[in-house]
Amino acid sequence: MAAEREAARRSGARAADFRDPTTESALAKWVLIAITVAFLGLFLFLPLISVFSEALRRGVDVAYEAITEPDAVEAIKLTLLVASIAVPLNLVFGVCAAWAIAKYEFKGKAFLITLIDLPFSVSPVIAGLVYVLLFGSESLLGPWLARHGIQILFAVPGVVLATIFVTFPFVARELIPLMEDQGTGDEEAAISLGASGWQTFLHVTLPNIKWGLLYGVLLCNARAMGEFGAVSVVSGRLRGETVTMPLQVEILYNEYNFVAAFAVASLLALLALVTLALKALLERVYGRDTAAVIGH
Amino acid sequence: MSTAAESAGARPRWKQPSIIPGFGLTFGFSIFYLSAIILIPLGALGWHTASLGWPEFWRIVTDPRVIASLRVSFVTSLIAACVNVVFGVIVAWVLVRYRFPGRRIIDAAVDLPFALPTAVAGIALTAIYAPNGMIGSLLQPFGIKIAYTPLGIVVALIFIGLPFVVRTVQPVIEEISHEVEEAAATLGASRAQTIFQVILPGLAPAILTGFALAFGRAVGEYGSVIFIAGNIPFVSEIAPLLIVMRLEEYNYPAATAIGSIMLVMAFFVLLAINLVQAWSRRRYGYGG
Repeated sequence: MAAEREAARRSGARAADFRDPTTESALAKWVLIAITVAFLGLFLFLPLISVFSEALRRGVDVAYEAITEPDAVEAIKLTLLVASIAVPLNLVFGVCAAWAIAKYEFKGKAFLITLIDLPFSVSPVIAGLVYVLLFGSESLLGPWLARHGIQILFAVPGVVLATIFVTFPFVARELIPLMEDQGTGDEEAAISLGASGWQTFLHVTLPNIKWGLLYGVLLCNARAMGEFGAVSVVSGRLRGETVTMPLQVEILYNEYNFVAAFAVASLLALLALVTLALKALLERVYGRDTAAVIGH
Repeated sequence: MSTAAESAGARPRWKQPSIIPGFGLTFGFSIFYLSAIILIPLGALGWHTASLGWPEFWRIVTDPRVIASLRVSFVTSLIAACVNVVFGVIVAWVLVRYRFPGRRIIDAAVDLPFALPTAVAGIALTAIYAPNGMIGSLLQPFGIKIAYTPLGIVVALIFIGLPFVVRTVQPVIEEISHEVEEAAATLGASRAQTIFQVILPGLAPAILTGFALAFGRAVGEYGSVIFIAGNIPFVSEIAPLLIVMRLEEYNYPAATAIGSIMLVMAFFVLLAINLVQAWSRRRYGYGG
């Protein structure tokens, strides 16, 4: 008992001779903190640090050369292009779906939300597979596409489609609960006062959802630039044509060109760090309870 | 729009009237986009599976190598999800209840697996746990191999699944009312009794949901696993990798059959999550 009291006094839990019965002993507390730090250190921090240390193993010049050689530059360009198509499309969809779901009452709403969530529970490889089955040479559409000279698989459109599939729910998922919480009162007032639907959206709804929107776009973009499984199935890995940054990492790694692989990987890791920092910042502005963006 | 429809007497029965315009446009576009991107492509998988015919489908999925890969995926995901439940609950508890230097950074870092591309995570974990890596070389003298064994797959899946458990459990721990703990203490419970008999049972639905989410993600995971797994058939070859290999051989029937089996598994995980959340809303008043 004496030891416990001593511990409580040191941790400053409450008044001098009394251990708060609703907290653990100082020993238990520090053991749990140590477990947390050790576990996260081993599984999160160490891998992150190793990306940069492996990239810089043979100096900054070698790493710089690896990310400025033509194939790497093409991969960076393609990644930016794919994200700049996939993110705006999913943004427009997210806003439309959230408006339809949050501002009206209709039957089958829960089912619709489940369908929107679907891509989060599907393996990325299956996201690629379904497009191969839809557009491949053995599909219904395949021969027609070939006759008209339209190349979707093993070309940029396929990469874009697969990316859209895996990043599909991000914006909608963020906006639906937010707009449901805000209700329809503001919009109804604006409409009654004579505003058009578009004016209502721009001047009433959009200011209310702007932080949530940014949050969804941020996470959507991080996933779009980093997607590997779905894209690797439909890409065909034509160097300088259909290779995105994550695929470039894989190609270099499989060629045992580790420094170059980690150099390109470190750009993606920087993107992840920027995403996390902006996310933490947005959470403070936007007052989001927790950082949860989970599939369901 | 809806007012015009009402006056024409054509108001849809399944939707309540509203003065806010734009339902037709937003609902219509959402359904169109959802169908074009998600439903029709998934339908193509269903159609190709159906056109295989039952004997052919059965022949493919009972192939020993396919069964072995499904077992590897399933068992490693299960182990990783269990590890994540134990450590994820500890991490969530520490982040909510204790104040210590570096807490904010650790809190932000928990989301790293969501933000870091899976291929990057894969090569980084391999570099660390390979026999010549930072940790791999420490374990080598004890005869423990992590990279290029099923253990490596578990390590990658722990990385991928961790935030799912932490971020589902964390908000629920924040909601626990102090009075419950005070009442337990007043009634003579020790701190350990309060935690194991009062707090943890209340966290059960959130923990189960986090477990199912981590498991569901792990079963389908590809990018972070293939680098560290070694991909030895029957030993460390995961089901998603087998799909990719069959596709590269243009063996579409095999890829289709394995893909549809995995889709059915994903569906059951989704169903389990929804059941847990429905049960939790009835019993505890929150959605897990």
